[in-house]
Amino acid sequence: MSNDKTKKIGVYVCHCGTNISHTVDVEKVRDWAAEGLGAEGVVIARDYKFMCSSPGQELIEQDIKELGLDRVVVAACSPHLHELTFRNAGKRAGLNPYLTELASIREQVSWVHTDKEAATAKAKAVVTGAVERVIENEPLEELKVAIHPDTLVVGGGIAGIQAALEIANAGKKVWLVERDASIGGHMAQFDKTFPTLDCAACILTPRMFEAGNHPNIELMTWSEVTNVAGYVGNFSVTIKKKPRYLKEELCTGCRICVEKCPKKIVDQGYEAGIGYRKAIYTSSAQAVPKYPVIDTANCNFFQKGTCKVCEKSCPTEAIDYEQKEEFLTVDVGNIILATGYDLFDARKMSNYGYGRLPNVFTSIEFERMCNAAGPTSGDIVLRDGKTTPKTVGIIHCVGSRDRNYNNYCSNICCMQSLKFAHLVKERTGATVYDFYIDMRTPMKAYDEFYQRVLEEGTLFVRGKVAQVTDAARKASEEGKLMIQVEDTLIGKQRRIPVDMVILSIGMEPRHDAKETGKLFGIGCSANGWFTEKHAKLDPISTMTEGIFIAGTATGPKDIPSSVAQGSAAAARVLNMIMRGEVTLEPIKASVYQGQCSGCRICNSLCPFNAITFLEDRKVSEINPALCQGCGTCVAACPAGAISGTGFSNDQILAQIDGLLMDVTLADA
Amino acid sequence: MSEQFEPVIICFTCNWCSYRAADLAGTARMHYAPNVRLVRLMCSGRLDPTFIMKALSGGADGVLITGCHPGECHYIEQNYKAQSRWLLLRRVLKGLGIAPERVKLTWTSASEGTKLTKDINSFVEEIRDQGPLAWHKNLQQEKQEKSQHNPQQTPVEVTA
Repeated sequence: MSNDKTKKIGVYVCHCGTNISHTVDVEKVRDWAAEGLGAEGVVIARDYKFMCSSPGQELIEQDIKELGLDRVVVAACSPHLHELTFRNAGKRAGLNPYLTELASIREQVSWVHTDKEAATAKAKAVVTGAVERVIENEPLEELKVAIHPDTLVVGGGIAGIQAALEIANAGKKVWLVERDASIGGHMAQFDKTFPTLDCAACILTPRMFEAGNHPNIELMTWSEVTNVAGYVGNFSVTIKKKPRYLKEELCTGCRICVEKCPKKIVDQGYEAGIGYRKAIYTSSAQAVPKYPVIDTANCNFFQKGTCKVCEKSCPTEAIDYEQKEEFLTVDVGNIILATGYDLFDARKMSNYGYGRLPNVFTSIEFERMCNAAGPTSGDIVLRDGKTTPKTVGIIHCVGSRDRNYNNYCSNICCMQSLKFAHLVKERTGATVYDFYIDMRTPMKAYDEFYQRVLEEGTLFVRGKVAQVTDAARKASEEGKLMIQVEDTLIGKQRRIPVDMVILSIGMEPRHDAKETGKLFGIGCSANGWFTEKHAKLDPISTMTEGIFIAGTATGPKDIPSSVAQGSAAAARVLNMIMRGEVTLEPIKASVYQGQCSGCRICNSLCPFNAITFLEDRKVSEINPALCQGCGTCVAACPAGAISGTGFSNDQILAQIDGLLMDVTLADA
Repeated sequence: MSEQFEPVIICFTCNWCSYRAADLAGTARMHYAPNVRLVRLMCSGRLDPTFIMKALSGGADGVLITGCHPGECHYIEQNYKAQSRWLLLRRVLKGLGIAPERVKLTWTSASEGTKLTKDINSFVEEIRDQGPLAWHKNLQQEKQEKSQHNPQQTPVEVTA
């Protein structure tokens, strides 16, 4: 126990309405603090209905001023909720914000325990721990760092484009990095967008063009971020520019090289495997930027050493087979990650026959098929390329809401399927069956669209499809795809013959989302999506200051939501830029150089390279701007020469003492 | 309190994963045994083995260490360092005649309120099976005996 009696501590126990007081005897906790902890320096203990309310905070401020409190403990909710509230209350009354401690007796006690006696005993222990800890708290000064006005946006899909344009239009510089050869993302592959049936290209390409030609946007396609160093306001980012094998400054985008290229290959990317592209290609005629790129794995010259047709045909001599990858380091203040999603691999669900049964299509294949600029010029046809289907089955939730694959809802599949039903009807007049588990159409004008598709005569079957097969049981089934499903509305098994099946495949996190997260220092949820700082109240920020997330990188989303998040992320970044500087939590490690023996054990422990060894003085030193405050070096120093503010040995040992005070008292 | 032995357990949590999982358990009203008292650290890598010895010698019957899942550390890889220290500490505990099972390490992500709840409950049962450690009681007794035998000598205080 601390023998220091000079501290004057105030303890404030919150009822949180009845959230705390229904399980914890708040008065007993208050009395314990006042009487039992008087010897520790507690001079006042109060309880109040809502400590976080204005009168609650004023109570604390008044006591600090009138009683001269130099330490405050608030026993209420989690510090992640109200630590800042009470630090600010203390600050207003002239107390250093770091001399306030929050004891979580709601999340850690009243909400998780039912036995009032045990909960009250634990609450007392938690409060005692906080009192002992706060005695050891030191006043800390926040670090202020300047914000570099440039921003990095990673990912050139609709969310990234939106974010980049918002910031650029506000007059600030943006580095927009995209790993594909063109920006546009998944949206550029689509034909129509629900529920308005706007043509995707008509609404997207102007934005792509604007982003590609904006004076404030430095567009870097065919590029990837390889290293991120620094911290909020002061990131130093290394970008790898992959070789396109042509000189962008000479290329006019005439695409003669693409036309002349003799090598034709199936385009697994933009055309989703149902169309072709050349070995030198742009994703589409509307690609931004307009420069093609050579696919070396399929290029005759790179594989066999002969050809060079593109070089010969180029009117401006832009082709450069010698081009090497380049690395560029840029300084930015903030980063927005809009890295998007991958599609579920329908081959995994072998019962639906994708990849085995030719007339089973995925939703993205169907998007390309509907697109007037796509491989079939917009004709809805079977895999043979000419037969129009007479009956089409659309299956929802492929890979989504399925505990064997992804347990979450992919958000867009219902609307996407309804859009397909409408397009099939409109263009072929075919009979459409739509197999759904639940119909989810909650956004603006979505349910109206569902009504419209119902009225158009699409046949809806509620049930999860068990199997798609071409094994005929009778003559009438020959040459058809049979959909085996339990129709849960009539309680019967059905076997429905169709000519074409469209699988509405779900969204998945990028296959390399984890590595991307690691690169930028942010985490992924159990499902693999990037984790927001707060799922409800702060869906744009991450746990790492200065790194924001937008679009489907955080979970399945439709276009309006992705666009909204892109704008929101831009607003947050502009907020940071306008502020000009940001205050950092002063939770940092530092070395008492007089005590450092120069053993260098700490040097290799820091993953942020914040610790350097001073050769001349044979001691280690920590750069506070690079230190992230994890405290691993503090725990490792054999000489006890490293101290970590906010979580010092003294604070933690005192807290343990306090948490166990009841045991000690019982034993004595 | 019932007749059965109610152990006291100190649980070290990481600010980014298990502490948030504990918050989530609270928000979702998942119930767990009240025997566990949480200490928040910024990272499981901050865990100085001294803290564990302090807890055990100060009256705790067991210590639960929780950190981010391997590969998910907020500070990139510091949870691995926590794991190495924990493995070494187990050997020290054995040498001191304390069952290494009294100090357990588990991984919890911020979204795993359910897992944290389960881990806490099963650890409370495991320590209940171990019985009281009573290190603190024994230390006090030892101190008293020593001071009776050698009244001149200052009692040796075992601080961690």
